[in-house]
Amino acid sequence: MDIDKVFKALADPSRRLLLDRLHRENGQTLSALCGHMAMTRQAVTQHLALLEDANLVATQWHGREKLHFLNPVPLQEIYDRWIGKFERNRLRALRDLKHHLEGGDDE
Amino acid sequence: MSKASFVYVTYIATTPEKVWRALVETDVTRQYWFGPDASDPGHVNVSDWQPGSPWEHRRMDEAHTVDLVGRVVESSPPRRLVLTWANPRDAADEAEHSRVTFDIESYRNLVRLTVTHEDLDQDGDMLEKISGGWPKVLSNLKTFLETGRPLPQSRS
Repeated sequence: MDIDKVFKALADPSRRLLLDRLHRENGQTLSALCGHMAMTRQAVTQHLALLEDANLVATQWHGREKLHFLNPVPLQEIYDRWIGKFERNRLRALRDLKHHLEGGDDE
Repeated sequence: MSKASFVYVTYIATTPEKVWRALVETDVTRQYWFGPDASDPGHVNVSDWQPGSPWEHRRMDEAHTVDLVGRVVESSPPRRLVLTWANPRDAADEAEHSRVTFDIESYRNLVRLTVTHEDLDQDGDMLEKISGGWPKVLSNLKTFLETGRPLPQSRS
């Protein structure tokens, strides 16, 4: 929808961490997500609302549980618009080199 | 064994009827249904779209290779389409089928399309295929419906 919202939502380390948590395990409850975060439940709720407003998180009710899912479609749109048309292979080679030299994972 | 689920949402400036046609009409589907693999020749979904009927996901190559099969569970144009989803080798084994639901809703002056993919085996190859595939297909669908043109797909 609004690409400004996507960038704003991503411009915060706690929100990026929440997306990483959902990438590792999709479909989590608020309580499960709070378990990993060094912040109040209310703060996590606010971050999730912002992520949902940016369409980076989708929610569904399963019985009485509200589950949160990572929605990567807006990221795909950013990729298609600004990365896909540039030099994909060279960028990938650079990423792989960085990954190799730093020896860490993506987080 | 626990099963994985994914939910994908995209907002498209179009009508529910056009989204429905883009899912089920082959001459529309073939214009945007490309996976992340640049050599993907495009795919179409083939069925009579009646509940209980089979459907096939066919590659737009000369052989029309069938890459996915399943059954139509629910078909309520232009609001909701529910399919089972499987590799062709698992066609007869319903326990191996995952389930895909397309929900098409009006949202202000847009359409909200939600794709829910459930009951995926955690250790199967399907999980990897779809988690790269759905975001690409939905991003393509949005571009296609909003511009009305086939995609400027880089087929390099």
